[in-house]
Amino acid sequence: MAETINAFKFSDKALAEIQRYISHYPEGRQKSALLPALHVAQAENNGWVSPEAMDAIAEILNIQPIEVYEVATFYTMFNLKPVGKHVLEVCRTGPCCLRGADQMIETFKQKLNIEEGETTADGMFTLKPVECLASCGTGPMLQVRETYYENLDSEEAVDQFIEMMRNKEVETPEWAK
Amino acid sequence: MGIKILTEHINVPGIETLEVYRKHGGYRSVEKAIKTMTPEEVVEEVKTSGLRGRGGAGFPAGMKWSFLAKPEGVPRYLVCNADESEPGTFKDRVFMEKNPHALIEGMITSSYALGANTSYIYIRGELLFVLRILEKAIAEAYAAGLLGKNILGSGYDLDLHVAPGGGAYICGEETALLESLEGKRGNPRNKPPFPAVKGLFQSPTVVNNVETIASVPWIVNNSGAEYAKIGIGRSTGTKLISASGNINRPGVYEIDLGVPVEEFIYSDEYCGGIWKGKQLKAVVPGGSSVPILPADLILKTAAGEQRLMTYESLSDGGFVSGSMLGSGAFIVFDEDQCIVRNTWNYARFYHHESCGQCSPCREGTGWMERVLHRIEHGHGHQQDIDLLVSVAKQIEGNTICPLGDAAAWPVASAIRHFREEFEWHIKHPQEATAPGAVYRGQLAAATV
Repeated sequence: MAETINAFKFSDKALAEIQRYISHYPEGRQKSALLPALHVAQAENNGWVSPEAMDAIAEILNIQPIEVYEVATFYTMFNLKPVGKHVLEVCRTGPCCLRGADQMIETFKQKLNIEEGETTADGMFTLKPVECLASCGTGPMLQVRETYYENLDSEEAVDQFIEMMRNKEVETPEWAK
Repeated sequence: MGIKILTEHINVPGIETLEVYRKHGGYRSVEKAIKTMTPEEVVEEVKTSGLRGRGGAGFPAGMKWSFLAKPEGVPRYLVCNADESEPGTFKDRVFMEKNPHALIEGMITSSYALGANTSYIYIRGELLFVLRILEKAIAEAYAAGLLGKNILGSGYDLDLHVAPGGGAYICGEETALLESLEGKRGNPRNKPPFPAVKGLFQSPTVVNNVETIASVPWIVNNSGAEYAKIGIGRSTGTKLISASGNINRPGVYEIDLGVPVEEFIYSDEYCGGIWKGKQLKAVVPGGSSVPILPADLILKTAAGEQRLMTYESLSDGGFVSGSMLGSGAFIVFDEDQCIVRNTWNYARFYHHESCGQCSPCREGTGWMERVLHRIEHGHGHQQDIDLLVSVAKQIEGNTICPLGDAAAWPVASAIRHFREEFEWHIKHPQEATAPGAVYRGQLAAATV
């Protein structure tokens, strides 16, 4: 049955985090907590936001599901399809390119044997090009969850990074600890 | 070396904690403003200071504050724009990450001046790790009675919250930011009404950049007149510059407005010169959306005067031979960088980030990206150059928000100053698409 494929339920800690955001806004303005709720859902759902997770958010915020879908599809941080364990969000914008971002992205493609937007066969890595991450003084760089990895300006640096990530568990966000 | 208003204590160990921050004079402006000044007096000091919006537009902050409507019984909001997404800009991120209480102090003092009882810091979603730092500092401020009900026994109440975005450059535009803060797509609003009249939740709202707000405590502590003594002319105070690209010392530098550009690039106090002993080719002085200038025009104006790091000097010559200070994102290109490739990169960025509301921007940014892509990849036609100029011209000024202008200016200015390089790409596609190939003719001519 289709509805059980991505079955989703928020944990108590996640619900508490969403409620905390709702409390930041005036009565009747609970929709303001939508973006925070999408971040929470993504962290709870292996790095992507499923339709079921969006429907759960709509219910909590008492808004129509379409209001969640239209927002989730507008913002680039929300992955709407399953992703690898570690999503490598590599900056591809001008200032990073001056410091070798193109080469860094090429190296990742070769080492992981995937193209941009793809996930490795073992489900370990997804390579996701993104735009400027406000880290132009320390490029080339990338983001995984809530951490920046900077100055990846050589093949050795990329190798070391991949090795390190292979043995790394997914970060737990502050509210889930 | 100038005065450090924003960064004096930024590298003090533990400055992110309330205890250390207070030990270094932190939160003095809150005490002074709330206990000894009326809100109007704080606004006056900011007006006198000449402080201009540090997010890019450079609009006088005190004037923006004085536009705030104050109808009876309607809440007013201060929203801090921490969306920092302009390529090349990273000053706010570094500042908030290292010294969160400095922003919070600015938020409290500024909220008091505006009569806001709830304020928000809207931070780009990618910076969730900075949001955690800010929330920790905010919790400390609540515990110390600097936030919440009856701040320092004054009767003034303020709640301060941080809200994350979701990845969208457009949300740095203030009305798109407000839409996003309300849980919607980041589509900029039609103006009027301006946020000062109808902003967040349809209430009067001021939106200010991180650096603008963080400058307020010093102004309150030392007076607007003292602040206005720093800098040159209408460019008062200090400015955080995000220096990136092919320089020896990329990073964030606080400068007195008025430092010569040449000194900023070559002095070891700042960028430390071009890396690997290479030659300077070009600079984008204020973030990806401002016009690019070739080496000769960034160091000196068309009239031969030394170019300074001020709003006025960087825009001297208009868009014919000048640029803008913008957000202070200083992106430096060495002789090995290809202007066509960079322009295509920026065009792709703006196409990717256009919200799609206005046809000229939605269609025009994609058109420019495709034309630049084919030139860069050896399939350009001679008429493409004029086509790009024409498309850029038709986007500029024809959209609800400035993203259209921001997309048009880098393309138009690159062609204006590096036309030969575009022509060379089109005339010599094989040579131009060889790995590492760069046109050097114009550079040689410029430095003779």
